[in-house]
Amino acid sequence: MEIILSTLINGLSLGGIYAMIALGYTMVYGIAKMLNFAHGDIIMIGGYVIFVTMATGNPLIAIAVAVVACVILGVTIEKIAYKPLRGASPLAVLITAIGVSYLLQSLAQIIFGSAPKMVTVYDFGTIKLLGATVQISALVTLAVTVVVMVVLTLFIKYTRLGRAMIAVSEDRGAAQLMGIDVNGIITITFAIGSALAALAGLFYLLKAPSVSSTLGAMPGIKAFTAAVIGGIGSIPGAMLGGILLGMVESISYKITAIAPYTDAIEFSILIVILLVRPNGFLGKKRREKV
Amino acid sequence: MAMLEVRDLQVYYGVICALKGISFDVEEGQIVSLIGANGAGKTTMMQSIVGLIPKRAGTVTFEGKDITKTPCHKIVHLGMTQVPEGRRIFQELSVYENLLMGAYTVKDQQRFKQDLESIYERFPRLAERKNQIAGTLSGGEQQMLAMGRAIMCHPRLLMLDEPSMGLSPLLVDQVFDIIKDINKDGTTVLLVEQNAGKSLAISDKAYVMENGKIVLSGTGAELAASEKVKKAYLGG
Repeated sequence: MEIILSTLINGLSLGGIYAMIALGYTMVYGIAKMLNFAHGDIIMIGGYVIFVTMATGNPLIAIAVAVVACVILGVTIEKIAYKPLRGASPLAVLITAIGVSYLLQSLAQIIFGSAPKMVTVYDFGTIKLLGATVQISALVTLAVTVVVMVVLTLFIKYTRLGRAMIAVSEDRGAAQLMGIDVNGIITITFAIGSALAALAGLFYLLKAPSVSSTLGAMPGIKAFTAAVIGGIGSIPGAMLGGILLGMVESISYKITAIAPYTDAIEFSILIVILLVRPNGFLGKKRREKV
Repeated sequence: MAMLEVRDLQVYYGVICALKGISFDVEEGQIVSLIGANGAGKTTMMQSIVGLIPKRAGTVTFEGKDITKTPCHKIVHLGMTQVPEGRRIFQELSVYENLLMGAYTVKDQQRFKQDLESIYERFPRLAERKNQIAGTLSGGEQQMLAMGRAIMCHPRLLMLDEPSMGLSPLLVDQVFDIIKDINKDGTTVLLVEQNAGKSLAISDKAYVMENGKIVLSGTGAELAASEKVKKAYLGG
């Protein structure tokens, strides 16, 4: 019982982190029609910004600065690296994104060195819950994730900007004919995705208090996997895929026999999903144009 | 000065020349139509005028303002929009939300509510289905929605690209009636159609396009009476 509960909470909080990163992938894919493989590295930059700003001793200031820094970084990357390629072949954009990813990792190594830096943002401690010992940080992660997802869903569904985002993702040309500034919407999308990545970086540091230049690489790929499993381009899909992947990972780690193969299991799920449901769980079928 | 002046408009797809220098005028208050066969360049011309397709050369002037290089969304803010070919309504949004997107440039809530009511009055079917997901509407309803969505932003010039495409004869008549209505309410209309007979009948001025060029022009009645047009486009 205790094991089930702690596995569940760990799985949900890890899944929440994946979902938060996956949202960045899926929104950018849906609206800018590109895979931003540098997205995971924004998490890493967020981690380093927290490392630096923790010198103030105030976690709230550190988090706020990290979010702002990541938003500025994400929007700047879009303006400098991706915007000039609007209308270019998707492969060119993809390769550029991979290039940006390596650039960010190398920059981090040049500035901070290759050894991981220890950062303790805040020690929440543990709590006894129905006999299970649970990290309070996992509960905080879970709570923040739920709030973020609810707010984001409401924002997209009920605000003028949110609806404009749906319109752009569905038909960029028709959206322009409504008077929607597509470039502006893409900028906002990158800003939201990067802010979520900064939060994800924070939650990683709460889980394991060290940051290195590859901090974002694995979570980035896992979250991308989650986005594809849920159906890339779909916001509820990213949430579902993230939670699903987090649960699988958490359960797999608890079973000694398969624990070492956890990553392999997760990526195998991706392969199976791609074979059975190429559009993911909640992805839409691509409409054929007549 | 005409409301819309297109001068020597040229558009290329790679090395292929789709528009070979098109010039025409749309006078305020009129219905102007462009007819021509499939592949004549009508849709290319419509999309390049509003900035959805880049222009190689030429100028476009709207109400005296040069909009040759103006991005599409800013052109809409200036007071012209388009019902694109294939309608392109937002399939995942409801009918109401589509109309809401149409009013993206309208900041005044009061005005939006009035507009919405008048659209529902003009298109009762849309009122009945306001909460339905637009992708589930029939072709005719989707065309009504596309037109309703376009006039939500109060364009002074409305461009329609093949509004009768794929509709039953009864619905085609309805679409042309609505176009006449919209024009009577003071909106200038630029219409691109394959249905040459119906569009010439409601047009003050018309142009015939062939292979990326305008080959004939005149009033709707003149072109409808022209032997050449009769032979090539009116099945006579």
